[in-house]
Amino acid sequence: MTLLRIQGLTRRYPQPRQKLLRARAPLTALDDVSLTLAPGETIGIIGESGSGKSTLARLIMGFERPDAGQIFFDGDDLATLSARALRHRRPDFQMIFQDPFSSLDPRRSVGWSIAQPLRARRARRDSATISQRVANTLERVGLSASDSDRFPHEFSGGQRQRIAIARAIITNPRLLVADEAVSALDVSVRAQILNLLMDLHDETGLAIVFISHDLAVVSSLCDSLLVLRQGRVVEQGNAQGILTRPRHEYTQMLLSAARFSATANTPWLSEQDPQP
Amino acid sequence: MIQTKTLTVQIGAAQALRDISLSVSPGQRLGIVGESGSGKSMLGLALMGMLPQEAALLGQITIQGRDMTGANDAAWRALRARQIAMIFQEPMAALNPLRRVGDTVMDPLRQHLGLSQEQALNRAIALFDETGIQDPQAKIAAYPHSLSGGQRQRVLIALALACNPKLLIADEPTTALDAHVARRITDLLVRLSRNRGMALMFISHDLAAVARTVDDLAVMYGGEIVEAGPVAALLSTPRHPYTQGLLAARPPLEPGHLRRRLPVIPGTVPGLADLPPGCRFAGRCPVELPICATTRPPKTQLKNSHTAACHRLTTGTP
Repeated sequence: MTLLRIQGLTRRYPQPRQKLLRARAPLTALDDVSLTLAPGETIGIIGESGSGKSTLARLIMGFERPDAGQIFFDGDDLATLSARALRHRRPDFQMIFQDPFSSLDPRRSVGWSIAQPLRARRARRDSATISQRVANTLERVGLSASDSDRFPHEFSGGQRQRIAIARAIITNPRLLVADEAVSALDVSVRAQILNLLMDLHDETGLAIVFISHDLAVVSSLCDSLLVLRQGRVVEQGNAQGILTRPRHEYTQMLLSAARFSATANTPWLSEQDPQP
Repeated sequence: MIQTKTLTVQIGAAQALRDISLSVSPGQRLGIVGESGSGKSMLGLALMGMLPQEAALLGQITIQGRDMTGANDAAWRALRARQIAMIFQEPMAALNPLRRVGDTVMDPLRQHLGLSQEQALNRAIALFDETGIQDPQAKIAAYPHSLSGGQRQRVLIALALACNPKLLIADEPTTALDAHVARRITDLLVRLSRNRGMALMFISHDLAAVARTVDDLAVMYGGEIVEAGPVAALLSTPRHPYTQGLLAARPPLEPGHLRRRLPVIPGTVPGLADLPPGCRFAGRCPVELPICATTRPPKTQLKNSHTAACHRLTTGTP
């Protein structure tokens, strides 16, 4: 049983001309990437800037179309769907973005933003049902129902990311794409949001594509990993296996950079969590 | 080299920094770790004499034996560049896009050191070489847009080193960089500090980057240093509940720890105006005592130079 199957996905972007009469070769942002994701599975996409990980997110969400390859979501090839059909499917796959300060409309109440995916579906619903759903969803992400009438500027970064998560899960999606969703957050808040995603995953069987440059963050959440470098997959597989025995030297480098020190022994890492 | 005693920065009714006492000796590498709103960047600015106008400074700053507490702009200007220099987080924003990077680096060489154009050029090339910029002769003439983030950060480090400062303050120098580039920049900072006998103050929220760069660490929360000491001691036996929470909240990156809930510090970092009057960590602390809300915890001396400010360490209720 497969929820998401990606085959030979390639995306090229034209590059600006530097000489008048000579066009430059297009930049291949994503080159022949394949992956499969079962319902309820979590996959981490890891890579540095320019590795193509955000391009992959945009393609999965249908914001852009691939130059080659297919994305099958629950059997449908997303790249061939009309805009209308895509909109109809979108409640099933939702996204959260990196910057919780720019992803919410500052002039709209939080409740309005959270309800937007319900309205976009154009299903006829009375406003009482909608506000009930918003209230429930706010409580699921650890906020209170009364926060619905407040505005984004009244919330901290971590709370805004909770709001963005509420907006993404209000349609009960089967797939959540999170692009650097905790990168802008402080360490202590980041742990809260990672726990929230873990809880939502456990409660609802939500599949997650979790994109990040931080290997530690990705591996705390994901069953499998895919390491991207310059648009190509350098390593993919079971997270446990890759962390125990990284095969590609690029993955080894990312691992050593993420650890406190590659050479010095780090005694406290292997110990139990410090008890206050 | 540089010392602060009960340094407090007051902005309006709020204390952005409270009773900061620290010292950096020549060649020492000190890390300042904290989350946003902890006051770590404010501390860097205070040590550069670059606090915002509305900020009032109390306590004492001594640099190379000179009391800089009430110093005017001219006194600070005389000190900057030659004694203390600073590099900032955004290597994209800190360079003038319309000027060749070589010209930018030559400015302080000509103005502060009075070198001729040719001397300054040679010195700039040597600095580029020292900071690990490939092909320094050619890069002197480059514009910032043609350099990568890591190269720009190296140019900024070369700029900061131009007048041979005794202390380099680096405020989040690796935050905007990819992991392996960040690692090479921290390696460079360690090497420069060793070779030049230059003290380094490394301000960052990134514990991993700080831990591999410095000898000593100070953890800030709510404008105070809550715990300080040698890196190894602080990481292996953290004694302040905030430091413990901060270390535990980091995903451990160990295969055995996959998909396990992380221990969290409840709540969020309070704003300057909402800081509690007693211990600044009160309200979020998992092991809070009644005294914590009202009374400030004293700094307790632990093993070696390890210190922490927590009532649990003095009231005998560990």
